[in-house]
Amino acid sequence: VAAAAVRRGDRVFRGLAVGAGLLILGLIVAIAVFLLWKAIPALRTAGFHFFTEKTWFPDAKPARFGVAALAFGSLLSSVIALILVMPVAIGAALTLTELAPRRLGTMGGYLVDVLAAVPSVVYGLWGVYFLVPRLIPMQRWLDHHAGFIPLFQSPDNTFGRSVFSASAVLAIMILPIIAAISREVFRQVPQANREAALALGATRWESIRLAVLPPSRSGVIGAIMLGLGRALGETIAVALVLAATFNINLHIFQPGGNTIAANIATKFGEAGAVGREALIASGLVLFAITLAVNMAARAVVHRSTRIAEGKV
Amino acid sequence: LATLTASVPLTRRSLAGVELGMIGAAAIGATALLFTVTELQGVLDFLLVAYLVHLAGQTAASYIVEGARSAKNRLALTLLVSALFLALVPLVAVLYYTFQRGLRAISSGFFTHSMNGVGPLEDAGGAYHAIIGTLEQVLIASIISIPIGLLAAIYIVEYGGGRLAYWIRFFVDVMIGLPSIVAGLFIFAFWVLALNKGFSGFAAAMALSILMMPIVVRASEEMLKLVPNDLREASYALGVPRWRTILSVVLPSASAGLTTGIILAVARVTGETAPLLLTAFGFDAIRTNPFSGAQSGLPLFVFNQAGSAFGVAVARAWAGALTLITIVLLLTVFARLLTRRNRLV
Repeated sequence: VAAAAVRRGDRVFRGLAVGAGLLILGLIVAIAVFLLWKAIPALRTAGFHFFTEKTWFPDAKPARFGVAALAFGSLLSSVIALILVMPVAIGAALTLTELAPRRLGTMGGYLVDVLAAVPSVVYGLWGVYFLVPRLIPMQRWLDHHAGFIPLFQSPDNTFGRSVFSASAVLAIMILPIIAAISREVFRQVPQANREAALALGATRWESIRLAVLPPSRSGVIGAIMLGLGRALGETIAVALVLAATFNINLHIFQPGGNTIAANIATKFGEAGAVGREALIASGLVLFAITLAVNMAARAVVHRSTRIAEGKV
Repeated sequence: LATLTASVPLTRRSLAGVELGMIGAAAIGATALLFTVTELQGVLDFLLVAYLVHLAGQTAASYIVEGARSAKNRLALTLLVSALFLALVPLVAVLYYTFQRGLRAISSGFFTHSMNGVGPLEDAGGAYHAIIGTLEQVLIASIISIPIGLLAAIYIVEYGGGRLAYWIRFFVDVMIGLPSIVAGLFIFAFWVLALNKGFSGFAAAMALSILMMPIVVRASEEMLKLVPNDLREASYALGVPRWRTILSVVLPSASAGLTTGIILAVARVTGETAPLLLTAFGFDAIRTNPFSGAQSGLPLFVFNQAGSAFGVAVARAWAGALTLITIVLLLTVFARLLTRRNRLV
């Protein structure tokens, strides 16, 4: 009887644990199903124009809305954020693992973690009132001296809440995740590799370049992709910093621009029934993009850490 | 051998600390000169130019005295260390500016008043209603996600090893990257639209729990893995069934780490704004019942006040931001101290 009770206890507990795991798998499916279900009416209304239309007037008659400008804005701001943050995050991670004494490295790691703990609404508020005005002189200077490049040109000579400003805030927000995962990846390189390089007469930098960076490459790429996923999905900070406009151009210093996520936050309050469904449809697009990016990134990170641990 | 050692120098002069200091001083001097002679100005510009001059000077000196490889080494290492400092600049700037603005804007009434009936230009009202909302929403989200997250982690570590555990792990990792606005949209589509339950603090709590669950799983998984197998085997040898072993041996020995992970997860979702916007919607008056009707939350309060064009509202936003960041940072630091102390014991 005791043995039976033990077995029953084990079965019940195991069942609960499996159930919890399956629930999380089920959540991903449920998210996809419910977003799709509630997006269908809006997708029907807009048809294929949903992917080519730039403006967002879902509650007008006739309704005109699409994610073209929004998706473009999401990608542009995220890519610029990545370009800004990559050298800083990877450099910081290398300093913490390769150069700093152990205690200092742990301390620095904590500080970078604190950077991740700051809520996005605080970054947004700080971005609007602290960062945006301080970025204007630099943008004006570049526009003045390198304005012949469309990227640096602000056609009506106004500066401020531009895609570039939003990207700068995004860069700060995704720095912790890229730095933390890169640190993990660098740490998995066996100490013997570094020592071998140093023993052959390599300088500190040469040992990093020859022994640490090559085996870490795919892991760092994964970290960058995770950062991309974060940047694409970041909502509140971008919604506060950007002056929402719906256009597609590469003038990153020109005030305006919008992203899928920020548009949901700014338009939700005023949206009618169709408007809400349209926002869900745009959220579905965001979900699909970030899911693809995150899955690819996790696959890369999983594989590279297993290679580094010698399991593959 | 004698001729060989004579012709190939085995040592090389390297730059001493004093010399490097002198290069730094010279760079600052040269920049100061540059700023008096030309039209350059500004503190940030000065620092940037001085840094570049120093970098160039150090590399050049190293190239002449120590050779090309050493010069490259010095340049690369200096750039790497600079990257770390550059990464920490925003942290200092955010904390300093938020405390400065927040302390100026905060008043005792801020914690005891709601926004009920406060006009757009009135310097009155507070975040009392929002703080209540956040406490309730985070509490409910924790009640939902901590047991589920812990159980899922137990499955992965204690019962896992098969394909199912692999896929659960993989999708937990993927879900950590789920944009918070998508979690809000899902609860909006599912709870508010499909089930027609309306906006509420509970809906917000469900959205937050979707974000919290994967964080709890991931952190707990790491901690459970650290529990040595000897402990489990010793327990089995005494005839203790597996589930009792997990509950009374594995979980207690990992408890400090588990608590840290859970507190960090709580801190993370406390600051989430986007999901609240679509699920709690926001409400100006005090509403203590989280199960019916729109509710506010502290991050949402900050977002709404920050979007206003009026100075009094922006001041309230800073006060709210200061409150929020203080809560989140205290939780984060507390969580860290908890494991540190325990590790020493």
